[in-house]
Amino acid sequence: MIREEIVIVGAGPAGLWSAIVATKLGASVTIIDDNPIFGGQLIKQTHKFFGSKSHYCGIRGINIAKILTSDLENLPVKKFFNASVIGLYDNNLLAVLTQAKLIKLRAERIIFATGASENNIAFPNNDLPGVYGAGAVQTLMNVYGVRPGHRALMVGSGNIGLIVSYQMMQANIQVVAVLEIMPKIGGYHVHAAKLARLGVPILTCYTIKRALGIDMVEGAVIVKVNKRFKPIPGTEQRLKVDTICLAVGLSPLNELLWQAGCEMVYVPELGGQVAQHNEDMMTSRADIFVGGDLSGIEEASTAMLEGKIAGASAYESLKGVSAESKKIKEQAKVELGMIRQGPFGEKPRWGKERLAARRGWT
Amino acid sequence: MKALANRIQQHPILDFPEKKLVKFFFERKEIFGYEGEPIAAALVANGIKVFRYTEKLKRARGFFCAVGKCSSCLMMVDGKPNVMVCTEPLKSGMRVNRQFGRGKIRALK
Repeated sequence: MIREEIVIVGAGPAGLWSAIVATKLGASVTIIDDNPIFGGQLIKQTHKFFGSKSHYCGIRGINIAKILTSDLENLPVKKFFNASVIGLYDNNLLAVLTQAKLIKLRAERIIFATGASENNIAFPNNDLPGVYGAGAVQTLMNVYGVRPGHRALMVGSGNIGLIVSYQMMQANIQVVAVLEIMPKIGGYHVHAAKLARLGVPILTCYTIKRALGIDMVEGAVIVKVNKRFKPIPGTEQRLKVDTICLAVGLSPLNELLWQAGCEMVYVPELGGQVAQHNEDMMTSRADIFVGGDLSGIEEASTAMLEGKIAGASAYESLKGVSAESKKIKEQAKVELGMIRQGPFGEKPRWGKERLAARRGWT
Repeated sequence: MKALANRIQQHPILDFPEKKLVKFFFERKEIFGYEGEPIAAALVANGIKVFRYTEKLKRARGFFCAVGKCSSCLMMVDGKPNVMVCTEPLKSGMRVNRQFGRGKIRALK
């Protein structure tokens, strides 16, 4: 069994920042990820980020991942790649399954930054090969350089749906249409405009009715919906596609938090069941912290800031508050507040406020 | 070469450096993929979409989540059933087969 001061589960934008901050402050840190490369979703994000300079504006996600992992390289952090935390036992004993063997890790503090998984929606044949999560298509194209198909339908026009559609066009996959069940496009105008310039139709008030094909996707039937999201008969259209991409939201990957016995709350604005946490990213257990999509579906910029806060908080709870840790947290909290003031920060802000309002949690 | 059929050759942002091409077997047929990439990526690059059939309804299953979470991509690899090919690295000479139901444990070579 190995003992460690702080163990971080997940090496995406939140986990990497937690590791950098906690280590720089002076804690001993181990970080674990089930992928062969650190960076989480950043490793497939070829688009440039928005915001201010401190949020890496103008830099592509893939390059932010490189910056963070090289920062980590210069720090004395213990790293586990290709390793899954498959269980959490009493007294913070983590079971870590690596390629070679099972490792037992006893942590004084744990930061969970496991991220999220993609949602699915119900329609006949949604299990056919050729129906993918949008993130899966992004991984296949941008990490491995493989095209999933040649003609694609995108379901969902949030930022992920729009960005992945554009990236499919860049990879020479024809995007036949982007469907949006709401009357308005979900994501940023700038992403939608890029698609429109390429001639990709974004159909609002439309959804997928069924996928066609025997052993794999050969087409799709789409249909217009009314204000109550009910299909309007007679508006069905058949599209010839070999790929159907679902970009219909994400849910926090929270299994380990349930196992830890953290108090869980259903907050729709945050994507589902999240751990009750305060501004310092501490859960109902004083030795467990969260950050990133796991604590509420948001974006990489906010995940990085939450990661910084979680890293500093975990350090403080072990070794006490230092001037430096205090400064990092204050700064990150101000920046988080600023990002969430934007029009797309409204939903997560409401979600976080709802958590804060519960039974005097602060 | 067939292995390149679904490979992205030119991309406005990304470079895909040439990696070591290795031979492996899908349903006893010789195909090629890059060493170390997930087996699933090599299969999709070769145009193979059906990875297994389900136990009860015999429904086809393929690549879905890409991150080792959903279990859609379980295949027989070197006689071992239930291998998640979306995360399992490809090695030269691997014998990859579609899995039917829960698969069978075959004697290893």
